[in-house]
Amino acid sequence: MQSRSIALEGEHDIAVARGEVRAVAASLGFRLIDQTRLATVASELARNVVKYASRGRMIAQPLAAAGGRAGLRLIFEDSGPGIPDIAAAMRDGFSTGRGLGKGLPGSKRLVDEFEIESEVGRGTRVTVVRWL
Amino acid sequence: MDGQQRIPILKVGRVLIVPIQVDMDDQTVIHLQERILTELERTGARGVLIDISLLEMVDSFIGRVLSDVAAMARIMDARTVVVGMQPAVAITLVELGLELRGVDTVLNVDEGIRLLRSEFGIDEDEEGAGPHGGAFAEQVNRP
Repeated sequence: MQSRSIALEGEHDIAVARGEVRAVAASLGFRLIDQTRLATVASELARNVVKYASRGRMIAQPLAAAGGRAGLRLIFEDSGPGIPDIAAAMRDGFSTGRGLGKGLPGSKRLVDEFEIESEVGRGTRVTVVRWL
Repeated sequence: MDGQQRIPILKVGRVLIVPIQVDMDDQTVIHLQERILTELERTGARGVLIDISLLEMVDSFIGRVLSDVAAMARIMDARTVVVGMQPAVAITLVELGLELRGVDTVLNVDEGIRLLRSEFGIDEDEEGAGPHGGAFAEQVNRP
């Protein structure tokens, strides 16, 4: 299955992104609970892109590991302001916006792999993977 | 608003019933919050029952709005119950670290009505139920 790229340019795209992720996850054979986890992660991370960077994109990449294990990688990237203190942003309850501060740390708990790269003034990329 | 998804708000006696049957974008969620509070004020309803049984995901944004609605309704002397959360949604909410503070959750609409009646003393047939009493649902959100 090919990678899909979804433009994140407004609030409506958040719903589009999580719908797309759920559909891809279902087609890869993820069970309902994992589809829900992945759709929720997509919603949280896509909202961060729209809220903090105004625009960016999500890439959904189906994976096939050695041994035939399937997975789904989601990449959220933007050219926004970046995150000055990643350690703080990963703490439960920390938010520079009006959010609950659950987006990043909560999303990390919903996936198997979580990586965040950010440079102030350059942008942010969050990569997550959930294995089947 | 153009392109806005319409979520119906039904009034049964002194309870507003809000069946959410689609995945809502953020605008729709915010707009729904405002409409619930407006209808509480306009109708004098004492209870709000939000049915999320068809909602496939509750993220931190929707979770916060549900908590906010409950808190705001409480200030307006009304109680809020959220009914029908899917198991996968409940598991994900807990893993995400959301508590839905101040929100009572029950399994289905029957239980929700029972809770509003017995626990919170909201009687469907009380004064204010309108000309049809509690027997008919009235859709109150016509544009």
